Amino acid sequence: MNAVTPTAKLHDCRDAFVSVLERLGAENSRIVAVCNDSVGSSKLGGFKSKWPERLVNVGIAEQNLVGVGAGLANGGLLPFVCGAACFLTGRSLEQIKADIAYSNANVKLIGISSGMAYGELGPTHHSIEDFAWTRVLPNLPVVAPCDSIETAAAVEWAASYDGPVFLRLSRVGVPDLLPEGHKFQLGKANLLRDGDAVTLIANGTLTHRMVKAAALLAEKGIEARVLNMATVRPIDVDAVVAAAHDTGAIVTAEEHSVYGGLGSAIAEVVVAETPVPMKILGVPGIFAPTGSAEFLLDEFGMSPSAIAEAAIALIARK
Amino acid sequence: MQPNDLDRIARQIRLRDLQAVFEAGAGHIGGEMSAIDILTALYFRVLRVSPDAPKRPDRDRFILSKGHVALALYVTLAKRGFIPEEEISTFLKPHSRLNGHPNCNKVPGVETNTGPLGHGLPVAVGMAKAAKLTGAGYHTYVLTGDGEMQEGSNWEAIASAAQFGLDNLTLIIDHNRFQQGASLKDTNNLAPFPAKLEAFGWDVTEINGNVMDEIVPALEKRGARPHCIVAHTNKGHGISFMQDTVDWHHKVPNAEQYKIAVAELSEAL
Repeated sequence: MNAVTPTAKLHDCRDAFVSVLERLGAENSRIVAVCNDSVGSSKLGGFKSKWPERLVNVGIAEQNLVGVGAGLANGGLLPFVCGAACFLTGRSLEQIKADIAYSNANVKLIGISSGMAYGELGPTHHSIEDFAWTRVLPNLPVVAPCDSIETAAAVEWAASYDGPVFLRLSRVGVPDLLPEGHKFQLGKANLLRDGDAVTLIANGTLTHRMVKAAALLAEKGIEARVLNMATVRPIDVDAVVAAAHDTGAIVTAEEHSVYGGLGSAIAEVVVAETPVPMKILGVPGIFAPTGSAEFLLDEFGMSPSAIAEAAIALIARK
Repeated sequence: MQPNDLDRIARQIRLRDLQAVFEAGAGHIGGEMSAIDILTALYFRVLRVSPDAPKRPDRDRFILSKGHVALALYVTLAKRGFIPEEEISTFLKPHSRLNGHPNCNKVPGVETNTGPLGHGLPVAVGMAKAAKLTGAGYHTYVLTGDGEMQEGSNWEAIASAAQFGLDNLTLIIDHNRFQQGASLKDTNNLAPFPAKLEAFGWDVTEINGNVMDEIVPALEKRGARPHCIVAHTNKGHGISFMQDTVDWHHKVPNAEQYKIAVAELSEAL
């Protein structure tokens, strides 16, 4: 296959989210947006001006935010509950567990500015624990799209999926990787480049860095497979097993703690099915120092060149 | 259904609840006895619900936010025809759908899963807001404990209910004055409740929550603002030795106590 080439233009995936939400909102009056004073940061201004009554703003009250979302769904509406991922998941985790996941409420949780998107604001505003917190909950798919095309496709899918969803979005600009017209499939990874020396797996803002790392590896004659794995739960077991089997080494990278996130989910499959060496890249179990998201990702060894070096070191352990 | 008939049904529900707690060796009998008159009035007089079509879109909504008294809800739902009456004997047994807190995906008539306190009222606000947005005519009721009102999430919801103008929402606080380990007064005394709710923009009605003649009109009252019923109740109501003692939050009667309690409730029948 031809390797994917990242576009030069960078996209804020929130724009893709609201663009699809407004298109679907025009077709389906059951769609409502629910937020915690986050009209601006969730980019819901357009939705609000079109349908002011369908924008339910509960104010700065995240427990109520999620509970109200569950109640709106019970009343026959299709709520998209939006808030900064750090508050949406951290402040209201028990509501997500009991009111949404356990009650199986048809609510779409949209975590905005996830990971370290609020870099300089510090660890209170980082959401690098949310994969770990949400992926242990039954009934709740956890999805982190890698670009604006996958974001749009995932929002479209979430609206048609009958059940709760946690969609983890960033505000950091990313290039487009997936083809126009891409359809999102829950629990299915996308092959962005094929190779047999090592597999690089990522989602969200890390996928394009993996693609660039693979290009650097190719310059050294090392052919890496690259998988975009937006769905953290349910994990794509077949793609992970095939990667381990075909390439014998797996590097993962995510804008999340190295504990409990995408890498952990993949490792759970690898150790049970086809043990091979792995390197899990992410935030190394610390509260991050001051810096932008891009700076911090580089700082934690997730620049394309550092990922390539990690892959080379891992291949040596095969 | 008239208050006398409702009283008779409430006593039958109390008796079945007591028997199930005794047989299961667990339950939250004190808070069940305090709430059963309210549950009875809701399910046998006030709520427009259909056991044959429990998900009918225009049904009235009821949330038992004090989910630990699930048994009282199960007995009431069984008596109202939502689940078989004989199923009550499976309460807390392995694989029974009747566990210690109600599950909306298994038990018809249950609207949302409760158990952790402070969850029901925010969900009720969402239900009532949905009716406002869709034009549905249903009314939403939610029953909390008085100790439960210590959870901050309730006050987030109380503020938003007023902001949204939810005149289709009724909160009933089962004010039995005791929580798990001590009295409300000795723990974190939110009482008196009325001025606090009124300050948030709610209408408030105070009633004796164990008297049908007071419960029914309060539940049927409609106004221009969200409505809170502060229901003064007795923990363990109907069983003399349980009444108004903190000990009976989740204690189980021994054989002798059970016999006395059955006799007292049967006499009232």
